[in-house]
Amino acid sequence: MGIFDKIKEKFKKKEKPQAGDSKEVKEKDLALESTKEEAVFDTETIKKDMKNMGVEIRLEGLTKEFVEKKTNRITVAVDNFDVTIPAGKLVGLLGPSGCGKSTTLYMISGLHQPTAGRIYFGDDDVTNLPPEKRGIGLVFQNYSLYPHMTVKQNIMFPLENMKVPKEEAEKRAQYMAELVQIGDLMNRKPNQLSGGQQQRVAIARALVKMPRVLLLDEPLSNLDARLRMQMREEIRRIQRETGITTIFVTHDQEEAMSISDEIVVMKDGVLHQKDKPQHVYNEPVDEFVAKFLGNPPINIIEGKIEDGKLIVNGKVLEKVKLEDQPIHLGIRAEFFQVDPKGRLEAEIEFLEHIGRDTMVIASIEDASKTFKALVSAQTIKDLEVGHKIRFNYSSYFVFNAETGERLI
Amino acid sequence: MLEWKKDGWKAAIALGPTLLIMAVFTFYPIVNTFIMAFRNNYKFLSGVDEGFGIQNFVTVLSDPRFLGALKNTLLMVVVSVPITVILSILIAVALNSIERLRGFFQTIFFLPYVTNTIALGLVFNTVFHKDFGLFNSLFNLGAVDWLGAETTYWRAFFVLMVYTVWNGLAFKIIVLLSGLQNIDKQYYQAAAIDGASKWRIFRKITIPLLSPMILYTTITSFIGAFKVYTSVISLFGKGAGASNSFGPDNMLITVVGYIYNKLWEAGTPFGVASAGSVILFVIILLITLIQRRVSKSRVHY
Ligand SMILES: Nc1ncnc2c1ncn2[C@@H]1O[C@H](COP(=O)(O)OP(=O)(O)OP(=O)(O)O)[C@@H](O)[C@H]1O
Ligand SMILES: [Mg+2]
Repeated sequence: MGIFDKIKEKFKKKEKPQAGDSKEVKEKDLALESTKEEAVFDTETIKKDMKNMGVEIRLEGLTKEFVEKKTNRITVAVDNFDVTIPAGKLVGLLGPSGCGKSTTLYMISGLHQPTAGRIYFGDDDVTNLPPEKRGIGLVFQNYSLYPHMTVKQNIMFPLENMKVPKEEAEKRAQYMAELVQIGDLMNRKPNQLSGGQQQRVAIARALVKMPRVLLLDEPLSNLDARLRMQMREEIRRIQRETGITTIFVTHDQEEAMSISDEIVVMKDGVLHQKDKPQHVYNEPVDEFVAKFLGNPPINIIEGKIEDGKLIVNGKVLEKVKLEDQPIHLGIRAEFFQVDPKGRLEAEIEFLEHIGRDTMVIASIEDASKTFKALVSAQTIKDLEVGHKIRFNYSSYFVFNAETGERLI
Repeated sequence: MLEWKKDGWKAAIALGPTLLIMAVFTFYPIVNTFIMAFRNNYKFLSGVDEGFGIQNFVTVLSDPRFLGALKNTLLMVVVSVPITVILSILIAVALNSIERLRGFFQTIFFLPYVTNTIALGLVFNTVFHKDFGLFNSLFNLGAVDWLGAETTYWRAFFVLMVYTVWNGLAFKIIVLLSGLQNIDKQYYQAAAIDGASKWRIFRKITIPLLSPMILYTTITSFIGAFKVYTSVISLFGKGAGASNSFGPDNMLITVVGYIYNKLWEAGTPFGVASAGSVILFVIILLITLIQRRVSKSRVHY
């Protein structure tokens, strides 16, 4: 039995005491009466109920096609998406703009009907359930607070729809408001709140009905950098406190990396990789994922494989067991070290001093592009722009130049 | 930004003609009406009066026919305004929720707006005709007289209300429909997530977000209903000034009708009609102010 049902059960019980010996019923009622505070809904019960209520989300072959009415052109927004989101975890859904993140979220919430595929919450197939029956909370990209209602009315709206008695609804709303630290703003209208406060109201409204799943659609995109950091941690804290399965959509890789237990990287409606943030960073499955994660973006250096040798700029860098083919060598800026005996020779184009480290922007003779190397300032203190420099690298990726598939 | 020194003459050219026309045909008559209303026994042609006073108001307010006209008008306001507003909200919401044939229905509801009042009156005269009217035959009522000499007050009033509501719907539906289309769809998505029933969405989302438009249509239909005149004539009129222009015995005469009749009544000073106009003006002003005050707490801009 889901927490959702449990809560409903609770309210049912309160409304209709079980039939039986009338004396007994009376006694029960009295008992209820005397312990009303605890029995019905005090903060502790809410806290307890809100623990461990996450549910696993499973998407199987999820597909969404939009058909343009006039031209009959089909856009495949989400394409055969298979992913399992573990119960109680916070998962970042990451991808470039227009890759189908919102569409995926809307299908999970029930606002969009999938063209094909199924959605499971735990063991329940919810594919054909309307949004209100799914027990989800959704925070929209622009919050969508009801502008004519106060903060309190906004938060209480889902509860009123569930016909929660007023007194309890108020208690729960207050509890939620305090959890997201807006307890003293209850009588304001949304347009009297800052962006960050509005967002917290939206989260409170999404959480107050104790959903099985919390969906956040780029909730931080409207905030300034500082507030964004602060809210990130807040979301993380609330998620931990409630243990609710959460999907957090963003196209900011740093945000996804810092907040998520796992990240799901998608592009053009297709799943590319799903794993722990650090693992996705260290072991990207293809060039797209490698490029999408990390700041500065990973350096891609053109090269080729010939007779089992990896060749860049006419020089052999590595011995590899691969077929002959054009490749992209991927090396992250921090993989480089300055080394007079290093295999990669380049010319310094620009030096950018960042505290203890220095970003070297260097070029290889006949490769058209420059690359960035983040090295300790100590190691290059004698070097200037125009000088030759040699690098070694601690790690590297090799991708097929056409498909982007990871080879090494 | 408009700067007077540089752009003043442009503004003057743009606004000038309109202001001039309004000055001659609107502002001057309004001011004059107020002045005339307070001139006792003012003769328009010779321009003489017997000083300033409130004689005209005393005449009007003690005239049982004015009080009758006021009663008629208030009744029309009280009946037609709520019906028109509620009906137009329902129709607008219904139109907004259908996709196919929306344009077709919009045209149908908009037709009365672009149709001449007198032509509409003729249509109603046919529909409610005693002997071969559609209404009587549709409801199998026999030869009931709705608009002729044998009609009763309430029958005539009924037809007038049907006419007024039908006539007023078009404009209000258009205004409300545009208001509805301006409501962000995301509020409805949010409400679906929040598990609101259709009725609660209508009550708690649509109505409040539409409230500025509703207030606007309510105020305009109040004002319109207080000024009812042509519709009564076009339904019952047999020529201006005739004793039965507003139904048998002028029983459905309105305040504007009363004012108009007073203009033409031999031996009645113009000031009487002016005083009637001023009283109507004050009533409309008061009601609008009250509405604005009352709705302040309920309308969400
Ligand atoms: N209602 C719709 N009708 C037609 N095409 C749509 C519709 N909604 C989305 N799309 C298309 O589906 C694709 C995915 O859109 P979606 O909104 O899911 O992207 P997103 O990943 O959320 O992007 P962003 O980061 O910019 O919000 C886009 O190409 C978009 O044009
Ligand atoms: Mg989006």
